[in-house]
Amino acid sequence: MLAYTLVGGLLFGLYFGLVALGLNLVFGVMRLVNLAHGDFLMLGAFAAYWAYQLFGLTPVSALAAEVVIFSALGLALYYAVVPRLLASSDPEMLSFILFFGLSQALQALAVIAFGNNPRSIPATVFGRAPVRILGQAFPAAWMVSGVVSVALVLFVYLYLYHSRLGRATRAVMSSREEAMVSGIDVHRVSAAALGVGLMLAAMAGAFSPFMLGSIEPGMGTAVTTVSFTVTVIGTLGEPLGTVLGGLVYGMSLMLMESYLSSWANLLPYLLLIAIMLVRPAGLLARRARYA
Amino acid sequence: MLKAVLTGVATVGLFALAPVFYANQTLLFSAMMYLVLAQGINVLYGFTGYLPFGYVGFFGAGAYAGALSVLRLGLSPVLALVVGGVVAVLVGVVLVPLLRLSGAYFAIANLAAAQALYYVVSNPDLQALTNGPYGINLAVAYNATASYAAMVALLGLALATVVYLRHSRLGLALRAIREDRISAELAGINVVRERTIAWLLSALLAGLCGAAFAWYISVFYPETVFSLNVSIFAIVFALFGGAATLAGPIVGTLVLYGLYSAIGISQPEYFQLIFGLVIVGLVLFLPDGLASLSERAGFEVP
Repeated sequence: MLAYTLVGGLLFGLYFGLVALGLNLVFGVMRLVNLAHGDFLMLGAFAAYWAYQLFGLTPVSALAAEVVIFSALGLALYYAVVPRLLASSDPEMLSFILFFGLSQALQALAVIAFGNNPRSIPATVFGRAPVRILGQAFPAAWMVSGVVSVALVLFVYLYLYHSRLGRATRAVMSSREEAMVSGIDVHRVSAAALGVGLMLAAMAGAFSPFMLGSIEPGMGTAVTTVSFTVTVIGTLGEPLGTVLGGLVYGMSLMLMESYLSSWANLLPYLLLIAIMLVRPAGLLARRARYA
Repeated sequence: MLKAVLTGVATVGLFALAPVFYANQTLLFSAMMYLVLAQGINVLYGFTGYLPFGYVGFFGAGAYAGALSVLRLGLSPVLALVVGGVVAVLVGVVLVPLLRLSGAYFAIANLAAAQALYYVVSNPDLQALTNGPYGINLAVAYNATASYAAMVALLGLALATVVYLRHSRLGLALRAIREDRISAELAGINVVRERTIAWLLSALLAGLCGAAFAWYISVFYPETVFSLNVSIFAIVFALFGGAATLAGPIVGTLVLYGLYSAIGISQPEYFQLIFGLVIVGLVLFLPDGLASLSERAGFEVP
């Protein structure tokens, strides 16, 4: 039981890290709170669902299409709203409200386009044989999700720490003004970050039928809350900290579900409040944010 | 001041007399309920800048506290309203530490608190106390006329609170804190005390409103009174009209709730789409709501 919980917690933790990664990247670069994060994940999930239904593609093969669609969507969204938002009186608070409106609109569009019926992709697309670790059997889909999550985190690491664009991105994260003064094209960097952020959300969405439950238009709100919890645990504005946040969250969720299941759905909220009050800057804190 | 009082009296009078001319009392009741909640949000967001995304937590706490004090303690419904308000204030006291957080952090933490409260109240393990996910049946105390009157009175209280804040030292101090906390502190304002007062006032309004809702509706479930939509409606209604004014949330509620009752019930997804787009447009083009349009035209909004 404990071995099962721990390995399961690890796999889910890696996946939750991926779920929240895009949210944190966007916040880190633009100081914008993307309350529609979970809804982009929902759209990614629907994209994977239709790729499977119409072309028989597995979620892994569907990822290529998601990269193209959602990074383009991110770029378009950036130029449509963000420059105007950043010029306003209180970008952080107003972005919170704006992306909330976007989230409502996306959920409504998804209902209009796909209906309210829950959908799923059979977990057997990755083969029927369970994967054995430490003598415990796990669905192959969990393993695939975990592996893809690790690969994408690695991609974000390479992007941020071993590319020119990434170096500029980190400069914008630490100070937008100074980056601008030193000749970095802040808009280009930020647009790229929003593109990558939405892309990561959508790719996480492709595996949501195996990890989060059925695909439905309203799933995004809960996903956004979980992403916030994970992000805050792992430090807001510190993308790679999200991985740690995901692991802490995944492990505690699995432990709660194994040993105290009727209270398990309280966990994200209590963790979020506790961490915000005790260590508001997250586990890898550098600076606190008090009002 | 005179204009504000007249606006308030006219609004309360309108809702007090409306059942005579208009048969759908539940619609009127809900409109009043959202008006009270929008003004409650206004007390906090308009005057302090804290956006309580989990505002519904106070509403739900008030609804459950009021209903349970009738069912379990045998209190009279009017007394139960008071209990609902008091319990919401107590929840507010517990959550006072959240005020240390700023901006979006506060909004998210507050949302998490409301969700946590929902999962506690609806937990099957607590069925003996709250009846868990199976909801509340308050039919023993059902009285549509009296509970409607209670909500009219509450509306008066909510509007009076906003008028008071707009014309008192407390309201001035709160707005000073919102604009620039450090300068306000230097001017001798007790920042922590003033914003705590606004927070608890706002909680009180939502708690009373929740208890009145429970009394009127008489059968409800945890997901009814802890629905995130309640917070969201109230926030958007207040912002749409214009926060920190008296008339803004009134106009915002009447327009948007009117729209909701026209199409939101039969075609919720289309309403949700319009609602979402209104919010996006509002932030991009009119961040201070309709009130700022009328102020630009030279008409001062009460």
